[in-house]
Amino acid sequence: MTIPTIIGAGLIVIGAGYGLGKIGSSAMDAIARQPEAAGKIQTAMIIIGALLEGLAFGALILGNN
Amino acid sequence: MVTIKKSLHLLAAVLFAMMPAVSSANVDPVQQGDTVHVEQTAIAVETTEHEASHGEEHAEKSNDQFVKEYIDHHLMDDHYYSFFGDKELHKHYGFALPIILIDNGLKVFMSSEDFVYKGKVVENGGQYFKYYHGKIYEVDGPNGEIVYDAEHHPTNKMPLDFSITKNVAGLFLASLLLFLGFTALAKTYKNGPNALPKGIARGLEPLVIYVRDEMAKPNIGHKYKQFMPYLLSVFFLIFLLNLLGLTPLGLNVTGNISVTVCLALFTFLYVNLSGNKDYWKHIFWMPGVPVPMKIVLAPIEVLGMFTKPFSLLIRLFANITAGHSVVMGLIAVAYVMQEALSTPGAIGISFFLTLFLTFLEILVAFLQAFIFTMLSSLFIGSAVQEHDHH
Amino acid sequence: MEKLIHDFSLGLFFWQAIILIVIIFILGKFAWKPIVNALEAREEGIANALAAAENAKRDLANLKSDNERLLAEARAERDAMLNDARIMKDQMVAEAKTEAQEQGAKMIAQAQATIQAEKNAAMAEIKNQVSSLSLDIAEKLLKDQLSNKEAQEKLVSKMLEDVKLN
Repeated sequence: MTIPTIIGAGLIVIGAGYGLGKIGSSAMDAIARQPEAAGKIQTAMIIIGALLEGLAFGALILGNN
Repeated sequence: MVTIKKSLHLLAAVLFAMMPAVSSANVDPVQQGDTVHVEQTAIAVETTEHEASHGEEHAEKSNDQFVKEYIDHHLMDDHYYSFFGDKELHKHYGFALPIILIDNGLKVFMSSEDFVYKGKVVENGGQYFKYYHGKIYEVDGPNGEIVYDAEHHPTNKMPLDFSITKNVAGLFLASLLLFLGFTALAKTYKNGPNALPKGIARGLEPLVIYVRDEMAKPNIGHKYKQFMPYLLSVFFLIFLLNLLGLTPLGLNVTGNISVTVCLALFTFLYVNLSGNKDYWKHIFWMPGVPVPMKIVLAPIEVLGMFTKPFSLLIRLFANITAGHSVVMGLIAVAYVMQEALSTPGAIGISFFLTLFLTFLEILVAFLQAFIFTMLSSLFIGSAVQEHDHH
Repeated sequence: MEKLIHDFSLGLFFWQAIILIVIIFILGKFAWKPIVNALEAREEGIANALAAAENAKRDLANLKSDNERLLAEARAERDAMLNDARIMKDQMVAEAKTEAQEQGAKMIAQAQATIQAEKNAAMAEIKNQVSSLSLDIAEKLLKDQLSNKEAQEKLVSKMLEDVKLN
């Protein structure tokens, strides 16, 4: 691992972490507002989280190996 | 006071509930115990035989390096099914797997410990093969060596390798289990659809309903039935392989890029072969936008066609690989940190961290199977749905 | 990425593809299709059973309301019949009454007429008797009085006196 890849990996993780936090907080807000739709919101949250995760993993793997 | 009592009750309840899980989960550290026990003794002895076989590459391995190599080796496929090994005696306990090569005809022979771990050259049908870092290379003669290029990559010819490797054996095991479980479930319905399944099949039925009601139906719509075989196969195969990866069998099938590439390729084929006119229209000539935008969007959409399965394969691969690396790393804490934490301390910390992470990995095992199937059905759904609003 | 491409093993890919195809098709034939169909059949069965129960409930309710309607109709009919009967009875009673009255009146009138006739006849009889009696009496009287001359003369004179008066 060279220094730029380490910095890049850090940036990716920061970005992904921020995104995941945002998804989580929005989902919490939405569930608090509409507790009866909690199941649907959770599923959507997991899907978006997975898409984001895929992106982050993709970037990490493409960059680091 | 009351709250303390309540939380104590809760804690007790949680501990009690976890008990069966603990009893099965601690198989892992025990088995790993054997391996690492070996490692520990090995550090001092760090030796000749291995060195000799792998040639000049390692001078002296530190503890950390050893752990890293061990994890790397676990994450890779293998031609010899080794459960654990003894570093001191340089022995691996396990069983040999058949090697199938296509190189001037079909060549089938059993692998051996010597071939896989000790660099022995094997002769079959007048050709000589040598094993190096998970790959089989052709060498000149009984004493042939692998020739490396400047970047330390072998330049020898590689035969086409269709061996029954450790992961293939794991796949066979998984498909056998799937076959047993689901034919048992299917059999219960022979006595009419209202017959209740018994035994393990009883737990499978809700999962089948879950796949159908949570993934197939909402995403694909009324055409869901023709995709059910694929979605169910993928879901249960990934789920089972993920779970097998958590057992002491030491399998890492879904954490292997070849496997995830194959799974994603199937999703890609299913999506694009079942895509209707609307789907292709949305890719090449996006309706509802001005003509210049259509031209700009077309390559993006074509790229999107490939990035979707690509993200599927990377996600599954990376999640499982990361999970296995972290679990193995935490198990290694028991050996690496023995000096700093004393033996019981290191084992205790390693045990609890591993236990915690194994629970998390069970969740991840399900979640990744769910996500893969969910996104597959989402993509299939986008390919087969009818747009009547344009 | 380079490492990943290096790690990619065609053999494993090949076996995975074979196993996936086998699972999709063989298990599809022996497990997935029967399971999915059975689940669907079961759900359909449950839905049908529920619908049937609902129908039965509705039918029962209908039957109940039908019964009630029939009962009410029967009751109304009975009431109507009773009413009719009462009216008829009243009518008959009234008719009978008037007839009886008429009959009575007629009989009374007849009786009265008969009585009148009898009375008249009796009167006539009495008159006849009285006239014959008075004739007898008069005869006897005349016989008596006219036996002596003086009395005859006195009578004649008296009669003459009466005639004169007229």
